[in-house]
Amino acid sequence: MEHFFKPTPIQKKFFTPIIMIVSVIALNGLIFLLGRFLFGIGAITNLNDQFPWGIWIGIDVAAGVALAAGGFTTAALGHIMHRDKYEVIIRPALLTAMLGYTFVAMSVMIDLGRYHFIWHPLIMWNGTSVLFEVGICVMIYLTVLYIEFLPIVTERFIGRVNLPGFLKKFNNTVDKLLRFLDKGLEKTMFIFIISGVVLSCLHQSSLGTLMVIAGPKMHPLWQTPILPLLFLISAICVGFPMVIFESIISSKSFGLKPETDVLSGLGRMVGPLLLIYLAAKLIDIVVRQTYVYLMEVNTESIMFTIELLLGVVIPLRMFFSRKISSTPAGLFIASGLVIFGVLLNRINNFIVAYTPPYAEASYFPSIGEISVTLGFIALEILLFRAFVMIFPIISVPQKVAPKTKYAIRGLFK
Amino acid sequence: MKQSRRNFLKTSAVLGASVVGLSSAKPTKAAPQNILSDERMGVLVDTTACIGCRKCEWACKKAHDMPAGNIESYDDRTVFEKRRRPDAKALTVVNEYQNPNGKFPLNVKVQCMHCDHPACVSACIVGAFSKQANGSVIWDTDKCIGCRYCMVACPFQVPAFEFEKAWSPDIKKCDFCFDRTKTGLLPACVEICPMEVLTYGKRDELIRAAKEKIRLYPERYVNHIFGEYEVGGTSWMYLSSMDFTKVDFPKLSQNPAPGVTEAIQHGIFAYFIPPIAIYALLGGVMWLNKNRKHESHGEEE
Repeated sequence: MEHFFKPTPIQKKFFTPIIMIVSVIALNGLIFLLGRFLFGIGAITNLNDQFPWGIWIGIDVAAGVALAAGGFTTAALGHIMHRDKYEVIIRPALLTAMLGYTFVAMSVMIDLGRYHFIWHPLIMWNGTSVLFEVGICVMIYLTVLYIEFLPIVTERFIGRVNLPGFLKKFNNTVDKLLRFLDKGLEKTMFIFIISGVVLSCLHQSSLGTLMVIAGPKMHPLWQTPILPLLFLISAICVGFPMVIFESIISSKSFGLKPETDVLSGLGRMVGPLLLIYLAAKLIDIVVRQTYVYLMEVNTESIMFTIELLLGVVIPLRMFFSRKISSTPAGLFIASGLVIFGVLLNRINNFIVAYTPPYAEASYFPSIGEISVTLGFIALEILLFRAFVMIFPIISVPQKVAPKTKYAIRGLFK
Repeated sequence: MKQSRRNFLKTSAVLGASVVGLSSAKPTKAAPQNILSDERMGVLVDTTACIGCRKCEWACKKAHDMPAGNIESYDDRTVFEKRRRPDAKALTVVNEYQNPNGKFPLNVKVQCMHCDHPACVSACIVGAFSKQANGSVIWDTDKCIGCRYCMVACPFQVPAFEFEKAWSPDIKKCDFCFDRTKTGLLPACVEICPMEVLTYGKRDELIRAAKEKIRLYPERYVNHIFGEYEVGGTSWMYLSSMDFTKVDFPKLSQNPAPGVTEAIQHGIFAYFIPPIAIYALLGGVMWLNKNRKHESHGEEE
């Protein structure tokens, strides 16, 4: 080995011109969010009795969950399949998933009319409700993600606890606690890692079942009993592209060299996954004979075509090309297309396909809804940046060989 | 010694029984009520008799303590120019449709259909909806978290939401006057209707009566009782002189609305076998890979 990679907190200035713009977007979202809490959902959104769910559910929650799938796919690859080469991407993916799911939970909260009762599903169970299953799974998975992140926190602070002021006398106690936590987590982490993968498979698929109950209110191009399967496969498909996309942006932003070798290795796995998804999708429209709806030209058929062509077929071809999938630019574009495809698929399933019987006008998100959605994405970017500056997450080439104990803490030796 | 062991056995037996009792009692207590009683009531709406006086709208608001206004104001027929839907401020509304064959327009009262297999009861995340023995599908304020999944699920797009309320908005829909019928009163709309459009009675008797009406006056009615079979049957049923799709009834299959969803859901969670199986499988894979790594990297570490 010619160089060692070690997760290290990035030492850079937090604010750059781009980050300033992102901050403004975040602030704008928070202002509209305040409006939602002061004046109600109706005042800020274009939702009504016909369209009870908008982009806060379609994008923030449904697409948010799908795009955070990098967390469980990389955990499966790195920890369960034990492909050590991919260790460097596990932490960034974990952080993305953790932040992603946190914002999913927050989006659910702001969309709930009675957000102060968000804890009700914990004690009021309805076994027939898909939403209940999704809710419980996401709650548990979020907890698991926080636990999976803990070793990074202990690694950062063990031997470096330095509380301000009068709290100083607790330094020792906190340090001991962290060491105790670290030891315990190292022995039990495998339980959480497997749970994380199982829980992800469960709620990623159940998220697809969510709209099945809308029955004839959902356009037949998307309304299918295999929706849970399609949602699960597409979530697995988008996991690695999301990691690749983010890794390239992070490298660019922090002036690091993209780890092209690792990323194109990931990319090579995306092609076959996309092929499985495309096959499932095509078999579905053939078996249910819904391809007839593609003959007419309307919003639904156009959106369906864009979703499949731009989001699946083209990146599929790109990932199968050795030439394209071994350059950062090619990987970046192909990954971006997969992400776009899954995002559009979730929007299509939850918003475009949903055609209520008595709608006077079709739904389009309001300025407030768009602002909040963009604001949350901006906040996530800001938090991601702050986290990689505080915690050892992004792997940076080291001049000297690191002590192995700390480089692979929380993994299995 | 013997005594204490017996005591120990006794306590553990009691403990065990109570644990079993608790765990078996919990689902029935927590899961929403979904009763399909033979005695369930319903309403037969004969739209051909309705004159569109909208007294039912007024009575409904009165019965539910909602601002109702002056009863004379309901004589205003200009509201019929637009199709209206029940919302958070009116749990029932009457619409008017021009009848191409008949002299008189057709007036159709709209409210919750009170399905026999309600999608809302199946969908509600906290089980706030329940189907009662008397046929009503009602909603529990204390449970609801305002997620509006019931509105996504309802095949008739009936549940309404107080979008304009910032704090603790309610889901609103017809509750079949559950509080009135409990005390032996008629539903408010049924009681006030001057034309006897609405017949309150046992559901199976209403179906018999409706069939008799169609048999006696085949020129007056289309041969279809809407709600007899739609989405597995509804408590409220309609007779009409026009095809139901022409008076804004959705075209629905005879399968219960939540049907496929529950089948999928119970398939994924069949006694928790699939999740546990995946867990075991992944654990096995992890263990195998870990061992393989140990062998190949043995000398390095």
